[in-house]
Amino acid sequence: MFGQVFVKNNQYKLKGNFHHLTPNTPIRNADDGWKLLGVTNPRDMTYMHSYGGEAIFFESLSQGKLLATRCDGQGCDSQGIIYQPFRIHCPDCLGKNTVIDMTDNAKKTAKIHTFMVCERSGAFNLLNKPIKFINIEFAGVATILMSYLSIGEPSFGMRVVPIFKTSGPTFTILDLSWVPEGTKVEQLPEGFSF
Amino acid sequence: MITFSKQQLKIPRLQRPVYLVTAGQSKFDRAFPDKRTEELCIDAFTMAAKLLDISPAELKRSIHTCYYGHFADHFGDQLLGESVIHDRLGLDPLGNVGVKTGGATGGSTIWEAMKAVASGYSDCVLAMGWERMDEVPTDEGNFLISCAADKDWESPLGHIYTGYYAVMAQRYWQIFGKSEESFRRTLAEISVKHHGYARFNPFAHAPMKITVDDVLKSPVIAYPLRALDCCLMSVGAACTILCDEDTAFKLTKNTKNKPLRIWVAAGSHSLRPADRQHMEIPLLPHETADQYKDLGERFPGGDRYPGFTGFLAARMAAYYGYGMTGITNPLEDLDVVELHDAFTISDVQTYEDVGLRPYGYGRDYVESGDCYHTNPHTGKPGKLPSNLSGGLIGCMHSVGATGIMQTFEIATHIWNRWEEFHGDEKIWKDFNREKPSDWTNLQVVGAKRGMAISHAGVGSHVTSTILMDPDHLIKKDA
Repeated sequence: MFGQVFVKNNQYKLKGNFHHLTPNTPIRNADDGWKLLGVTNPRDMTYMHSYGGEAIFFESLSQGKLLATRCDGQGCDSQGIIYQPFRIHCPDCLGKNTVIDMTDNAKKTAKIHTFMVCERSGAFNLLNKPIKFINIEFAGVATILMSYLSIGEPSFGMRVVPIFKTSGPTFTILDLSWVPEGTKVEQLPEGFSF
Repeated sequence: MITFSKQQLKIPRLQRPVYLVTAGQSKFDRAFPDKRTEELCIDAFTMAAKLLDISPAELKRSIHTCYYGHFADHFGDQLLGESVIHDRLGLDPLGNVGVKTGGATGGSTIWEAMKAVASGYSDCVLAMGWERMDEVPTDEGNFLISCAADKDWESPLGHIYTGYYAVMAQRYWQIFGKSEESFRRTLAEISVKHHGYARFNPFAHAPMKITVDDVLKSPVIAYPLRALDCCLMSVGAACTILCDEDTAFKLTKNTKNKPLRIWVAAGSHSLRPADRQHMEIPLLPHETADQYKDLGERFPGGDRYPGFTGFLAARMAAYYGYGMTGITNPLEDLDVVELHDAFTISDVQTYEDVGLRPYGYGRDYVESGDCYHTNPHTGKPGKLPSNLSGGLIGCMHSVGATGIMQTFEIATHIWNRWEEFHGDEKIWKDFNREKPSDWTNLQVVGAKRGMAISHAGVGSHVTSTILMDPDHLIKKDA
């Protein structure tokens, strides 16, 4: 059973296997009489990571909502600035930002600021290759979000709309993706909806 | 929007002059199945002692504090690796501390070492850096490097750092490269240059005689960046020794190493480029606000700064560094530079950030031939040669050591000892590498001042390390 975690009384409660034992094996030199050079150190671990104040963002993706935050600090130089990526605290006054729903804004104004097409990935990548990275700008938002395009070929200034993995969500940033404006619902990848 | 207070723009001032007296490095390679990290560090330290014509034991007797740069514990699977190296170097019970700022770790390590001497805490300090990137397969290595992006917002997107630079390359190419194929070829020329210079460096990991077309035909990693646009994943170590004036002159007496004045400055910016809000361009001494007023007209889309085309951290490191040393125009005041060419595109971006060209015109530094040891258009010395070591693309990116390797390279030019350390047949033979028949001496004749740029993440931390012959300072009271 994969390791599973829940929290009770503010403590992590663990179920299942969190590490798997695999023996070390020797590394030998084929060019020098198979003399010993070292050993492998296999290790399979599961981390327990808290989203903290960003948890609501990741939960909301699974509900088809794109949340952002805004500084409402009185007198702060950044008052009124909207942050996407979601920032828990204002980087100026360090006050707690207000959480806002910017799903409609994203549907109406999102466009590609820059992009690239990634043919290779690191280990543990879960996205299909080639991965189409896109950086998205929104009207009235000070920052530019990094995400990925699920359908079509990216181009500068292209209008895109968000889609959400509402069926079988991963509760990671991969639950948010984008498609060209005008994409039909039946074209969406499995598990995603507008 | 970032704005600066007067205090934040204060030019740093050292309480006393700091000198670099020696440096050393190991061989760099993709893997060392037959060597432990400590062996590589001892190789580097032994070389540093040899440059002063003393034994490692004699050099150790002068050292008071140690700074160790090691970016990624998870690569080597060893926490407190600093303690292991410190012990194996036989430097206990001196105080030591580990420094970690991603790709800028080497530069940051020297930054800390400089402050220890400048403050009077120590008279002689070791700055040593290394990286052990061969203990996992390459794809897992790429995963581990991608952990230096935001783990919730960026790393899951492919787990590959090249991707995070490719979006910058795409944007820069569109705006400042005007989508011209010639700009893409200029990027490729950087790779040809750096792999080519690596051929004359016995320490280098990836010497190659290649053409622009070879780069353009190499496998796509993250379009538009291809395999030969990318830096290496290397193993190796490098070190340097910084001292106060008395110790510096004592240690270098009757040696070929002249003590060199050293200054290090640093800047930073958000880990996620996503968070970088538009701001006014901080100006370097040779720039005016007027020259950027119509940047968006000359290059549509180029008016967002730093956006995905500039590195504010590099600009700030240059601002502080130039202020400390009196540099008013780096192209005129410096003789040689080593820049952090993690990718061909970031090399071009950095030309602008550190003021070798104005924003929007970085490509001209390559296309003019200024960046070469010998300008290919004129056959005369390049105006400000860069990355004669081969840089991160051709020589190495053994992360914690990189900024120190760059500093070593700059120092060898100012000492006029470059040929000695790169042309010596014995070094080539010891490293089991063949010296090319067309080996060329890349010593920058008459070099008196140089700079190394050390850079992390997608511009999260950047340091500028400036070295000068003490008889050729720009600002006498620096």
